Order: sequence, then structure tokens, then C-alpha cells
Amino acid sequence: MIPELGHFALIVALCIAGVQAVLPLIGAQRGDATWMALARPAAQGQLVFVVIAFACLAWSFVANDFSVLNVASNSNSLLPLRYRFAATWGSHEGSLLLWVLMLNLWMTAVSVFSRRLPSEMVARILSVMAMISIGFLLFLLFTSNPFERLLPAAADGRDLNPLLQDPGMVIHPPMLYMGYVGFSVAFAFAIAALIGGQLDATWARWSRPWTTMAWAFLTVGIAMGSGWAYYVLGWGGWWFWDPVENASFMPWLVGTALVHSLAVSEKRGGFKIWTVLLAIIAFSLSLLGTFLVRSGVLTSVHAFATDPKRGIFILAFLALVIGAALALFAWRAPKVGLGGAFALISRESALLVNNVLLFVAAAAVLLGTLYPLFLDALGLGKISVGPPYFESVFVPLMAPAVFLMGIAPFARWKQDQPLDLARRLKWALAVAIASALLLPFTLGLWTPLLALGILLAVWVAVAGVVNVRERVLQLRASTSVPVSTALRRLPRGYWGMLVAHFGVAVFIVGVTLVRGYEVEKDVRMGPGDTVAVGGYQFRLDGLKRIQGPNYDATRGVISVTRDERPVATLHPEKRFFTVQQMPMTEAAIDTGLTRDLYVSLGEPLQDGAWVVRVYYKPFVTWIWGGAFLMALGGIIAVTDRRYRLARRDAIAPTTNAPTAVAQVA
Amino acid sequence: MKSLRFILPLLVFVVLLMFLWVGLSLNPREVPSPLVGKPAPAFQLARLDDPAKTLADKDLRGQVWLLNVWASWCVSCMEEHPVLVELSKQGVVPVYGLNYKDQPAAAQQWLARNGDPYTLSMVDPDGKVGIDYGVYGVPETYVIDKAGVIRYKQIGPVTPKVLSEHILPLVKRLQAS
Repeated sequence: MIPELGHFALIVALCIAGVQAVLPLIGAQRGDATWMALARPAAQGQLVFVVIAFACLAWSFVANDFSVLNVASNSNSLLPLRYRFAATWGSHEGSLLLWVLMLNLWMTAVSVFSRRLPSEMVARILSVMAMISIGFLLFLLFTSNPFERLLPAAADGRDLNPLLQDPGMVIHPPMLYMGYVGFSVAFAFAIAALIGGQLDATWARWSRPWTTMAWAFLTVGIAMGSGWAYYVLGWGGWWFWDPVENASFMPWLVGTALVHSLAVSEKRGGFKIWTVLLAIIAFSLSLLGTFLVRSGVLTSVHAFATDPKRGIFILAFLALVIGAALALFAWRAPKVGLGGAFALISRESALLVNNVLLFVAAAAVLLGTLYPLFLDALGLGKISVGPPYFESVFVPLMAPAVFLMGIAPFARWKQDQPLDLARRLKWALAVAIASALLLPFTLGLWTPLLALGILLAVWVAVAGVVNVRERVLQLRASTSVPVSTALRRLPRGYWGMLVAHFGVAVFIVGVTLVRGYEVEKDVRMGPGDTVAVGGYQFRLDGLKRIQGPNYDATRGVISVTRDERPVATLHPEKRFFTVQQMPMTEAAIDTGLTRDLYVSLGEPLQDGAWVVRVYYKPFVTWIWGGAFLMALGGIIAVTDRRYRLARRDAIAPTTNAPTAVAQVA
Repeated sequence: MKSLRFILPLLVFVVLLMFLWVGLSLNPREVPSPLVGKPAPAFQLARLDDPAKTLADKDLRGQVWLLNVWASWCVSCMEEHPVLVELSKQGVVPVYGLNYKDQPAAAQQWLARNGDPYTLSMVDPDGKVGIDYGVYGVPETYVIDKAGVIRYKQIGPVTPKVLSEHILPLVKRLQAS
């Protein structure tokens, strides 16, 4: 009964989405306030039914209803409760339902936090989002029904893929999807603005917090996925340039460009056409990512169930949504005026170069991801493009972008003097160069890449500090307030930018140092054996068999000492999942601020010995720390006073507006 | 002319769409290589297991052998790897690996983890020998006869089907002659 209820709720949601997609849009064209006013309640009603559907599916998993095909294929009665719940989005069908749920959450958020927007705009935005929702609901109902019954019911389920039985998997997909789908808001804003012909600074100000928020979620989602790969795959790598990873990374790169280009659109009214195009592309890449992952056109380590019929559906949907958006762009964009002019040396220029670099980087990742597909389509065989390609194109593109990150906050809008900029930044540059030359020596090894990484990280961090000092001095020169007050007066948007940029510096430190100084040893170890890695002694005290809820495991006990002093006891495991007949490596990691000690069990050898991987990973946690700082910066920026002020200011004029009905509704 | 640049994104997308469409329906198929029937390009490369020693194409004359281009970063290699491991267990034909644009440490780890089907692997860190052989991408597999002539080239993973229908019959014929 419950699964049928969920299925029915999805159908109701589809009907509401149909109404929400059509009527408000017509209402906005005709200036009909009643029809426009339908958008908000429809969005909220749709959410209610999608939540019901999601809850029904979750209940089926939690209650072990193996008469539901999806549950029987992806769960098991021995699976712990939290993973049974997470298994709701562990399958193809469930993850699509999660996609729709996220889309509805964003849609409802827009319907709630849009009091200051003109009702035409709200109607158009929610209508565009409903169209996307229709596409995915149809996809769910026709090709991937999560509630399909299995008659007669299975006695027990085939269990969740062991790779997904991990706390990180409980949170990673929702975060990632929040980000992915969040770009649909920026997309809908852009389409609404193109339809209404209202592409101006206000539009940029409205869409900016939404975009930043989606970007922050995506950043966290990607970081968590990377962290998951680091400790679950047991190789100690944190990024593999796998097609599925690239699928999330491309929207991130374009989204980053979009966040910056929106700043120019808001502050200077410039880059409008470019911003709109980026908003369309960011979401298009999210959709493309879904297609690549779900259709199985590319080989990936993420083994999802794939089905060509589904591929054709998503491709048609892709063609419709992106094709229509780009056609609308081709039609309306030529009528958009240009923004304010700017000189070669100005903040606009810096942001433009940053945009171009980020965009080219995304294009390069896209090319590398699709290259095997292109060759395949041209009949040249199936190949794999690996990290050598991505790394050799990525570093040269990102290095100048990061260098500009130090300069841009100093540059004035419109025009600045290069000599003046150089004077203000000379100390930051001097500190960065000195660190790049000296720091690697104190760590024991100097290579050009290490020096470059340290140069960029220190440069961004120090330039940030110098910038704060400059801003405080300026404030005090005009108002003579104490430093603490001056610091508090700096807007949240500015602090957000600083924190995010600082996050980039921290990230670069992590990437550079782990690359340059990590020590990896694959050794044969029997009980009692000791190996020295990175100044630490690892001793295999023993191995024992243990019994998990749905797996058998061999657990190693490894005590780590440094200079005879105990540091940690690690328990790496080799698990064998009985239902799926699949071995899994559970690495044991002693995490620290400046280093991770990483131990995982490889293969068993004769006489009770094992191949043990012992890794020393300096500063590896900074990689994720940096990513979280970037996201935190985004969140701080969203809380900026001017977004809240604008909302309060807007109440007065809108209540007098002829479309007041929509505001009340 | 000026409005053309606004249509450009749409045109790029349409081209992309066509590729995606074809990608959905097409299967990988073998491509005749210009090198088939020609002598295998000469090489002398360091061995993966012991960089101090080298292996040259001349050392392999007089036997039929397979050259398999692989790398630890290559996802498709994972796909064909069990097939090669199985083949090496049968001992029908020696498989020599060309470790293409890879880090030796990563490559050795990869073999330790997934099994080593190769009689020997040679290291081609900058892909120079790969260029001589006209490597499109990884993986690729060549069948080379007793006289050192390339007789067959497989682009992409060796599947059990390719192995039983093309490679093994060819190897048997070449070994008999």
C-alpha cells in the first residue's frame, strides 16, 4: 500500500508541475495576476507530494519491504538502519527521486524568499523550474519507477553496494545534488530574465545569493565525495579525474566563473550576456553530468546500473531544455545592452580573465571527459583519457587564475594604475617568493612544482591580509573608528570573498605538500613486523577475524610509534560482504592537522602475512579543509546585509504595485 | 554577422548532441591500423620490475607475442585486465606490457593489486614508443609474429569475445607456421 501511495504522490506532483509550468508563464505574458499567483502555492504543493513520495520510498527501505523491486535490489534485512535509509538514494531510481526532491526544495525556497521580486519574474522562474521538474518526474514514472513491485516478493534483498555502505555516502549525494540542482535556480532566473527582457543589475543582485548558495553546496558535495574516495577506495588518492567526478567538477568550474561574473553584473552592470550564458551552461553541465552518469556512455569506476532507454530519454530532455535555452539566448541576447566600459587594468579585466580561464578549464575537462566518446562515435575505438592529460592542462590554466586572485581585490573598478597596484602588492609578492624559495628546503625537497604551489598559496593568503589592512586603514582615515569597529564594518560579502580565497590557498597547500612529500609503501607484513614510513614506526601487532552485521572481516591491529612514543593504534579491515560477494578495503587513518597516517590491507599472502599499504600523507586534510573554507566563504557572503536590506526596502514599493495579489499569495 | 556569435553556443551544443546520440547507439569496433602487416617498430626500454635491465624488440624474435599498452590511470584497462590475467594463466602466448605514460611506482602498485598477467612490462614514461606504434589511447593490444611483424591491432579493451574470435585463432595460426 505504502509504495502505491508514493507512486500516486509522484503522479499528483507531476500534475501540479504541469499547472505550475504553464499557467503562471501565460499569466506573466498577459499580465494576469491571478494566474501568476498560482506559481507559489503550486511549487509548495508539489513539494508536499514529492516529500510524500520520498518518505514512502524511505519507509519501504527502512521496513524491509522486499516486494518493492528497488528495495529488493538495493537493500538487505541485515543492513544497518542508517544504511537502509541511505539506500533510499543508493539506486538509480532513488537518486533520481532525490534529484526531484532537491529541485522541489529549491523551488519552494524561491517561492518563500522572493517577496521582493516582481511577480512576473517569480511566475516565470517557478514556471521554468516546474518544466525541469516535469522532465524528471516523467523520467521517474516512465523509465525508472522506484516503486515497482516484485511479485512474488523476494525473501531477502541483494544488499546495497558495499562501496556505498559508509557514513560519507549518507551525506555526500544530498549535498552534491543540492549544488547540482541549485544551479537550476540561476538557470531559471536567467531564462526568466531573457523572456522578460529584464537583464540588469537588479537581476544580477537577485540571482547572486542563490548561485552562491548552490555553489557552496556543490563545493561541499564534491569535497565529501573526494574524501569518501580517499578512505573507501583504499588507494589514498583523493581525485581520479573519473568521468563521474568530472561531471560534478565541470558545473563547479563554470559555477565559480558565474559567481564572479555576477559580481560584475551587479556592481557594474557589465558582462550581462556572458553571465546569462554562464548560468545556462552551469545548469546544462549539471544535466549533462546526469546524462553521462545515468546513460552509461562512458566507463567509470562508479558502477551504476545503466540502460540505453534511459539514456535516450535524458538525451531528448537535454536537447529540449538546453536547446530551448540556447535558442532563447540566441534570440534575446543581441538586444541586451553593454555594461560600463573599463580599462585594461581594472577589476573588470581581472574578473574577465578569471572567467575565461575557469571557462577554458571547464571546456578542457569536458573535452577530456568526452574524448573517449568522440573517438568511439567516430569509430576509432574505446580509450581512456587519464590524469596525465587533465593535470597537464589544468595546472597551467589555474596558476594564472590563482595569481590574479591575489590582485583582483586590490584593483579598482573601471580603471587602475599598474604601478600603484604593484606598489600596494610588493610586500605580498616578496613574502610569497621568499616562501617559495625557502620553505621547500626546510621540508627537505625543492622542486619547481612545489615552489609554484607554495608561491600561489602564500601569495593569495598574504595578499588577503594586506587587503584587509588597506581597507581598515581607509575606513579609519575617513571615520577614525577603532580597528575592531572598522573590521566589523567591512561587509559580509567582502569577508565571504576573503574566506573563500583563503580556502583556495589552504587547498593549494594541501595539494602541493601531499604531492611533494607523501610517502607510500606497499610492504609484506606478518604479525610482529615493523616498517618505517615518514619518521613513524608501524608495527603489525596481529590480525583477527571479526563478524560485522552483513560482512566478515579481517582486522589488522597496527600500533604506530614515533621515537618510541606511541602515536596511534590503527585498525584497517578487509571486509567481505556476504550477500554481494564483494571484498572491501576499509582503510584506517590517523588524521592530524599536518599529516595523515594511512594504513590499508591489500591482499593476503602465505603464512598469515598480508600486503599492507602504509602511507604518510602530509597536509592532506588541508585539501578538504580548503574546500570547506571556500563553501563557508560562500555562506558568509550570502548573509551580506545588502541582500537583507534590499528585501526590507522592497516591501514598500511592491505592496503598492498592481500585482500585489501575487505577493500576498 | 554580429548576431552569429549569439547562435554559436547553440551550434556547439547541437554538434555535442549529435556525438552523444551516436555515442548511445554505436559500439566500439576495430580499426585497421596502417601498421598491420608491417614490421613492429624497434624499441629498447627499461623493465618495470628492474629499471636497470632493458628489453628490446629483437629479444622477442622467434616467438609469437602480444604487446599490451596499459597504464595504472586507465579505467578501460581495469575492464580488460581479468581477461589478460586469465590468458596468462593458460600460458598460450606471452603477453608483454608497455606501461604507457605512467609512474613506475603507481604501475607496480596497480599490478600488485590487480594481478600481473605480463611476462614482462616495459616502461614508456613519455610515450615515445607509443608514438612509433601509433597508440591512439590506452588500452591497445598488438599481435606480433615470429618475424617481428604486426599481424593484428586491438584498440580498446580485449574482451573475451575478441580474444576467442580474433586473437587466439590468429596466434594459433602464427605459432603453427
